[in-house]
Amino acid sequence: MKALTMTKKVKKTIFTVLLTIIAVFSAVVFILPTLLTIVNSFMTTSEINANYGVIFSTASGGSHTYISDKINLKLIPDKVSFDQYKTVLLTSPDYLIKFWNSVILTLPVVIFQTAVAVFASYGFSRVKSRIVDAIFMVYIFLMLMPYQVTMVPNYIVAEKLNILDTRWAIILPGIFSPFAVFLLTKVMKRVPSAFYEAAMLDGASEFSIFVNVYVPVCRSAIFSVMVLIFIDYWNMVEQPLILLSDTTMHPLSVFLSKINTQETGIAFAVAVIYMIPPMLLFLWGEDYLVEGISYSGGVKG
Amino acid sequence: MKKQKRPGNTNTPFAVLSMVPSIAGVLIFFILPFFTVVYYSIVDNPITHEFVGLENFKAIFGNKAFITAAKNTAVLSLITVPPAVVLSMILAMLMESSIPAKSGFRSIFLSPVMVPAASVVLIWQVVFHYNGSLNSWLLEAFGAEPVDWLKSKYCLVVIALLFLWKNLGYNMILYLSALAGMPKDLLEVAELEGAGRFYRFFRIKLRYLSPTVIFVTILSLINSFKLFREVYLLTGDYPYEGLYLMQHYMNNTFRTLDYQKLSSAAIVMMIVMIVIIGTLIHFDNKFGGDIEE
Repeated sequence: MKALTMTKKVKKTIFTVLLTIIAVFSAVVFILPTLLTIVNSFMTTSEINANYGVIFSTASGGSHTYISDKINLKLIPDKVSFDQYKTVLLTSPDYLIKFWNSVILTLPVVIFQTAVAVFASYGFSRVKSRIVDAIFMVYIFLMLMPYQVTMVPNYIVAEKLNILDTRWAIILPGIFSPFAVFLLTKVMKRVPSAFYEAAMLDGASEFSIFVNVYVPVCRSAIFSVMVLIFIDYWNMVEQPLILLSDTTMHPLSVFLSKINTQETGIAFAVAVIYMIPPMLLFLWGEDYLVEGISYSGGVKG
Repeated sequence: MKKQKRPGNTNTPFAVLSMVPSIAGVLIFFILPFFTVVYYSIVDNPITHEFVGLENFKAIFGNKAFITAAKNTAVLSLITVPPAVVLSMILAMLMESSIPAKSGFRSIFLSPVMVPAASVVLIWQVVFHYNGSLNSWLLEAFGAEPVDWLKSKYCLVVIALLFLWKNLGYNMILYLSALAGMPKDLLEVAELEGAGRFYRFFRIKLRYLSPTVIFVTILSLINSFKLFREVYLLTGDYPYEGLYLMQHYMNNTFRTLDYQKLSSAAIVMMIVMIVIIGTLIHFDNKFGGDIEE
């Protein structure tokens, strides 16, 4: 009997070791692209050019002469340097302007989509009516449509409202995008109605119940939704290409694809600067992100 | 009248009014213009408004660019969605197993969700370029001929890898949260009754997860339609033909402002989505219905 449990234990340990090896291997694959980008941003411009010059100089042209032994994907720079950052921050205001463009396109959407949704989801979670249920189905339907379907209506409205080629063309549809309403309604439906009734008995007005009971109970879900909206809009590429013909208003995401071929020496530093806000958000709010993803699961709620 | 579950009147003026801004916005920015889109798709042009029936649809299906874009987009979805569904489930199982340092692994698997695609395409370029690392490694290891990956028949695979890297963590969390809600006694009883690891997985966990599998499939499908972003960042406005996606087609049609083609393409895309999602939900009800709450 004892021998049997022993072998079972050994078997289990071997299994765990094997799984851990698989997990570590996967983890390396997952972390490597980000890590390489960060490491490369601390190389000197000349080291970058020596390592990848061949690639970026021919990236657009496409000359087909194979040059071997020139590419050096390195994990450790010859010399740690802040050259790239100095160039970006001190001598090329272009990137900072594009970074700022990203900020002013993303933040209003994050703040106002959440604000509109906090109110709307309160209504959707409480009002009992067939019409409201039907409207909620329309929201889910819209949420499931790829951008290729909703971009044409977006464009037509922007044109009618005369906001084409202004930031509003991206920000306004973003504010009314149904995603946050969908997610927060699911969360607010879970608030026990006893909370509502108890506050009502105390003589609280409905508005104060909303502000002092519902919003605080759903606080972490509200943060979660903000994190999810932020990463979605910080990453935008399609909208500015169609709705903003003036490239000076483009966010850094679109601009990054252009500098790859022109200013290789600092591209990695710009890439890192671009990923700092979402990464800080990740460090601060990983649990919110996980919570938000969990809430988003299950369309049928 | 059916009796309300919650006592008291829930349809108060405040509750109804709170929805007004959102509903008005959705109406103005999505629903009303959508009717315009439907209208544009059945008239000959926005000026004369002559009804042409399905002519616009016939025209886009006869358009070589549209067909190429539709084909590439479909192939890309087909090669990205199944691995996205299966591999993320494997990651979730890994996280449910006896490995140490789970929260560390979770953070690492989830981190690509937060990294903007624009930031890592540089690394993809370095690896998959004609003069890039992958070719040097293959040359060194097998003496293989160099391949210009982004301009080869493998171009969609390069994009699919970027997709998997970025999305597996998100899907993994969806599976993990479903597994966390799974009644533990069910598994314990099965184990006591002598059900093996595989029986427990396929007969119990997988059936319990089936709504999540459907959800992850739908989500991955929608996300696969967003891969234009990665293709654009890697190859710019004019990619290799194998990477010409629906979004490229629409962007190019926007340049000429051909509302008829744009509207028809949007509607075709919508119908395809309705059919796919409808089918998936139908399957879900058929096979997984018995365990849903």
